[in-house]
Amino acid sequence: MLEIKGLEVKLEDEDKQILKGVDLKVEAGKVHAIMGPNGSGKSTLSYVLSGRDGYEVTGGSATLEGEDLLELEAEERAAAGLFLAFQYPVEIPGVGNMTFLRTAVNAQRKARGEEELSAADFLKVIREKAKSLKIDADMLKRPVNVGFSGGEKKRNEILQMAMLEPKMCILDETDSGLDVDAMKLVSEGVNALRDEGRGFLVITHYQRLLDHIKPDVVHIMANGRIVKTGGPELALEVEKNGYADILAEIA
Amino acid sequence: MSLQKAKQEATAAQLTAVSVPDGAGWLTSLREDALKRVHTMGLPSRRDEYWKYTRPDTLAAADVTPAALFENDETPMFDEIDRLKVVFVDGVFDADASDDLAGENLTIERLVDVAKADIHWAKDLYGALELAGQTPVERPLAAYNTAMATDGVVIRVTGAVSRPVNLIHKHLDTTSDAILHHVVKVEEGASFTLLENGPAAARFNSVLEVDIADKAAFNHVRTQGRDHERRVATHLFTRLGEESAFKSFTLTANGVLTRNECVIELTGDNAIAHVAGACVGEGDFHHDDTVFITHDAVDCESRQVFKKVLRNGATGVFQGKILVKPDAQKTDGYQISQSLLLDEDSQFLAKPELEIYADDVACSHGSTTGAIDEEGLFYLRARGVPKDIATDLMTLAFLAEAVEEIEDEALADEILARLESWLERRRG
Ligand SMILES: Nc1ncnc2c1ncn2[C@@H]1O[C@H](COP(=O)(O)OP(=O)(O)OP(=O)(O)O)[C@@H](O)[C@H]1O
Ligand SMILES: [Mg+2]
Repeated sequence: MLEIKGLEVKLEDEDKQILKGVDLKVEAGKVHAIMGPNGSGKSTLSYVLSGRDGYEVTGGSATLEGEDLLELEAEERAAAGLFLAFQYPVEIPGVGNMTFLRTAVNAQRKARGEEELSAADFLKVIREKAKSLKIDADMLKRPVNVGFSGGEKKRNEILQMAMLEPKMCILDETDSGLDVDAMKLVSEGVNALRDEGRGFLVITHYQRLLDHIKPDVVHIMANGRIVKTGGPELALEVEKNGYADILAEIA
Repeated sequence: MSLQKAKQEATAAQLTAVSVPDGAGWLTSLREDALKRVHTMGLPSRRDEYWKYTRPDTLAAADVTPAALFENDETPMFDEIDRLKVVFVDGVFDADASDDLAGENLTIERLVDVAKADIHWAKDLYGALELAGQTPVERPLAAYNTAMATDGVVIRVTGAVSRPVNLIHKHLDTTSDAILHHVVKVEEGASFTLLENGPAAARFNSVLEVDIADKAAFNHVRTQGRDHERRVATHLFTRLGEESAFKSFTLTANGVLTRNECVIELTGDNAIAHVAGACVGEGDFHHDDTVFITHDAVDCESRQVFKKVLRNGATGVFQGKILVKPDAQKTDGYQISQSLLLDEDSQFLAKPELEIYADDVACSHGSTTGAIDEEGLFYLRARGVPKDIATDLMTLAFLAEAVEEIEDEALADEILARLESWLERRRG
């Protein structure tokens, strides 16, 4: 599904190398988790994959089902099936959540040569999905993320994911800011999307989330590289001992 | 030679052969007085402080710069609304295209017709608010209008009017030079909506005087047509009585030169005046909103909301002043002017001013200029919305804050739809 090879990235405006050769392969149907100390480059990886400005790729490659992601515009990557649930969802004053989502869904459909969803069909689907994430009608009407609480923003990310049905989902600290119940809702939302054809890359600091969304593979990222890869037990080890042992091991 | 003297001489030279339109009964002396005032003030010059950001040359010149017509197959503005149509073609009333000048709680007459009557209510109003609006800042183009206007309507509202009057300004002649002067009197407790649309002429000088009595309400929604080469100077003068309300909104899309002046005087306690505008333009588009609000009564509220979207070198100007007289306690004055620059070639020039002589007032003003929020743009694109559509969504959201000032939802929706289609048409 997603294949990243030797990806090296620096900041465009600064002489600062952030990713120093990332290798990662997420197969369809699998959930991979990335853990790692603050500032190790996890969000940067997610931004570079989704096409944010401000980075320069100095080496390596990233493909989605064989298609070169790095060549595409952000919106083309989305239409190709890539989705990023933002660590910090952006507020867009004046643009209604519903309008935004309908525009997004239909833009992607159009880009893929599919028929656009009618207003009525769209409404039906979104109501149902919003309900399961406990997002009320008022939140759908309000401007995108404006005045949403931290947890509401994260639930809104998952609603978008559910509506867009991407092939490859990257979740950047979707658990941060969620209360226990919301964590369950969000996890259920994610698990409902798990299927043979879909890959997940879940960035998190905590085992808690991985109790709900059970990963197949766990990676540890440090200083711009994947330094260790293992099974679910690796996350438990981090939970128990922190990163010191792992970092010492590779030093 | 002083600037003033030079202006007077230039004006005298330009207007030597000019005399007021004749055969107009009581209008004649009012016109002649106004023309004298123009000679004293002088036509506006580039060196006037009040014209610092907008060149008045082509608005004041003897000759008209021709303006091509804008051809389109769009449905006419306000088409869905039940309204009384008053049509002017290049500044001349068109009876055939207009509806019967009659409505419930309303008299509406042509200026040239009422001028012949010995006694008429408009006699005391024509040019009166314009004259009052000349202090403390001179507005010679408005005085020139009072002197030279050849057509217009006078409207008297005596009760609640449910069917708006729509002044439709058609432009069919590429060299037309139109001067229209309208007077509206909204009597105590009455309410009225005036709609205006269309480019009017190659050059258009418009004055609208609105006298709003106690407990009366006046609503105004205007769009200025899309003929790109047209030049327009409008003046809206209004005086508000106790507990009265004035609301005006203007949409401007295209236009090589627009100067919209709005002069508001709150003279009765507890009155409210809202004036708002949204404009979108590109290239040699130049749009100037100049507002002067005087609070001269207690507990009044005024509100100015102006939004401009500028691209490919367009220029936006905002000059907005709130003057609070010594006795105008408990004044609530708000002013915001914002521009969204879609590229680095465009510019926004703003001069917000507060002049306050009362001590118990709440006045605030703000002016911002900025580009599209990159974070927001990326967020939308990351969800699959193409860059141009994402930009339009955010642009429309920006403009919507001004459009929301329109109370009537159907009118607001129509304005938003026009803005949306303007943006859409410019997409690749
Ligand atoms: N635009 C930028 N300007 C300057 N430094 C940046 C920029 N973007 C990222 N960095 C730096 O790159 C490093 C990696 O940041 P990144 O956000 O990817 O870390 P992270 O692994 O997601 O951390 P966290 O767990 O705290 O979310 C950090 O040192 C950060 O300060
Ligand atoms: Mg991060």
